[in-house]
Amino acid sequence: MATNVILDFEKPIFDLESKISEMRNISDDIDISSEIEVLEKKVEQLRAEIYRNLTRWQRVQIARHPQRPITLDYITNCFTDFIELHGDRTFRDDPAIIGGIANLGGEPVMVLGHQKGRDTKSNVYRNFGMANPEGYRKALRLFKIAEKFGRPIINFLDTPGAYPGLEAEERGQAEAIARNLLEMSKLKVPIIVVIIGEGASGGAIGIGVGDRILMLENAWYSVISPESCSSILWRSWDFKEQAAEALQLTSFDLKAHNLIDEIIYEPIGGAHRNPQEMFRIMSEVLSKEVSELSKTKEMDLIKNRREKFYKMGVWIEE
Amino acid sequence: MAWFVRSKSNIQESEQREMPDGLWTKCPSCGEIIYKKQLEDNLYTCPKCDHHFRIGSDEYIQILFDEGTFVETNRNIQSADPLDFEDSKKYADRIKELQRKQNLSDALTTGYGLLKSKEVSFGCMNFNFIGGSMGSVVGEKFFRAAKYSLQKRIPLIVVSATGGARMQEAAFSLMQMAKTSAVLGELAEAKIPYISILTDPTTGGVSASYGMLGDVNIAEPGALIGFAGPRVIEQTIKRKLPPGFQRSEFLVEHGMVDLIVSRKKLKDTIYKMILWFGA
Repeated sequence: MATNVILDFEKPIFDLESKISEMRNISDDIDISSEIEVLEKKVEQLRAEIYRNLTRWQRVQIARHPQRPITLDYITNCFTDFIELHGDRTFRDDPAIIGGIANLGGEPVMVLGHQKGRDTKSNVYRNFGMANPEGYRKALRLFKIAEKFGRPIINFLDTPGAYPGLEAEERGQAEAIARNLLEMSKLKVPIIVVIIGEGASGGAIGIGVGDRILMLENAWYSVISPESCSSILWRSWDFKEQAAEALQLTSFDLKAHNLIDEIIYEPIGGAHRNPQEMFRIMSEVLSKEVSELSKTKEMDLIKNRREKFYKMGVWIEE
Repeated sequence: MAWFVRSKSNIQESEQREMPDGLWTKCPSCGEIIYKKQLEDNLYTCPKCDHHFRIGSDEYIQILFDEGTFVETNRNIQSADPLDFEDSKKYADRIKELQRKQNLSDALTTGYGLLKSKEVSFGCMNFNFIGGSMGSVVGEKFFRAAKYSLQKRIPLIVVSATGGARMQEAAFSLMQMAKTSAVLGELAEAKIPYISILTDPTTGGVSASYGMLGDVNIAEPGALIGFAGPRVIEQTIKRKLPPGFQRSEFLVEHGMVDLIVSRKKLKDTIYKMILWFGA
């Protein structure tokens, strides 16, 4: 992994931490272990406090943190026996969405998600997690396999949006997303959706219809990114903080608006600070959800899923 | 040699204007000056070049329904401004002002009526209403129009004209994509026909949900139809888009819509289709 990337608001924590490591280096002669201990406690307090009071824009930054676990990290660490399945059988394989068969705590499942890269090279290969129509069509093909063999589906959402390219339009980006929305609403197997990073617009919801919609504490989910919202409404990219506030795009906002089922809390300092702990939490949550949903009858599953989305929206009826 | 040489072409007005008030109007495509009454008689298409003017739900109702048979429904459903959204103006104020000015409840008008004596459930978007954007109200009204189709076992016909999901309702708007698509799944299972009519423009969250999901997708000539807007695509790929890109003819060529139908033949074509569907 790359060297530590420190976000602006995390700086006080890192300053203190580097002070501690400096003190450790000089502590051979004199015993200052008690002072170090005090400072270490202070670091923990500071971290907890900073992370308790994050603004919406700061959470967006965490959701995009270059060291934040991405789909393949969860697949590798929470599942076993993953076999990747490629291609939409029509045009090509889209590396921006990956998926395949795997086991979750011994249960066979289909797992897929948007896949970002870790560095420039892999990001170019993954198209920064921006899928083309063939990505959504590959996803649909995998959903149908899962349905045929009665296996639950787990989807990880993490995309800055569906790719707005010329070829994507030629091949029907809109149709590909629309088709998935319709088909996912009537799949006969349980679907668990987890927004793990960025949930941007149609590109995210294109694999985001499910029975349980879970969201990591520091992920965001909205109809548009704060930057694009800023450029449209304020005609400048400089109002992204305000846009993030106005869009109410955090897990806490979506939970408050009943648009997601649960928030999955991250280790203090974010998923990137303690990935192993994050994977442990994720495995536990997913296993619980799969076993609960597996008890639901097929007919009820589809009925409940539809009802869930039918209820979304707020209006006045006079 | 001249002192000043124009390196770029003159600024051109590319956006189509809404129908101006007055007796005469100019065709934005060929420049023909058209008498307003003549334009109306010609179903708001240019008699010279067949340019289709942007029109709203009142005009489409007039074009598609047998006279006096259309009944509007769910007009009382109104935006609740769930996020208390404010940019240059308060979203709630924007809504109120548009409702008053345009005599509409939101960007989608719904109802039912007779099309050549066949009963159909109908929805028509209004691009004039916040860019025809889909928020909770559009989603719910679409949902109810679809449910009405289901309950009465009559076809659903929806005319789209939209820039996509409504930003001012953020995630609520996004979820309407799933909501509207899911109810179309019920229609499909019940074998109720759904005809989607795509007019200029149909992009974003609507094209990526109910816009593209018709048993038959019909496009009006020359309409801009796509997922991303042309400006966004140009910024992304950093080159100019070819002429005709994302226009109806381009979509037929790439297999995304079934056919292009001129406004004058729209009623007739829909009628023939619903007869074939056996509805």
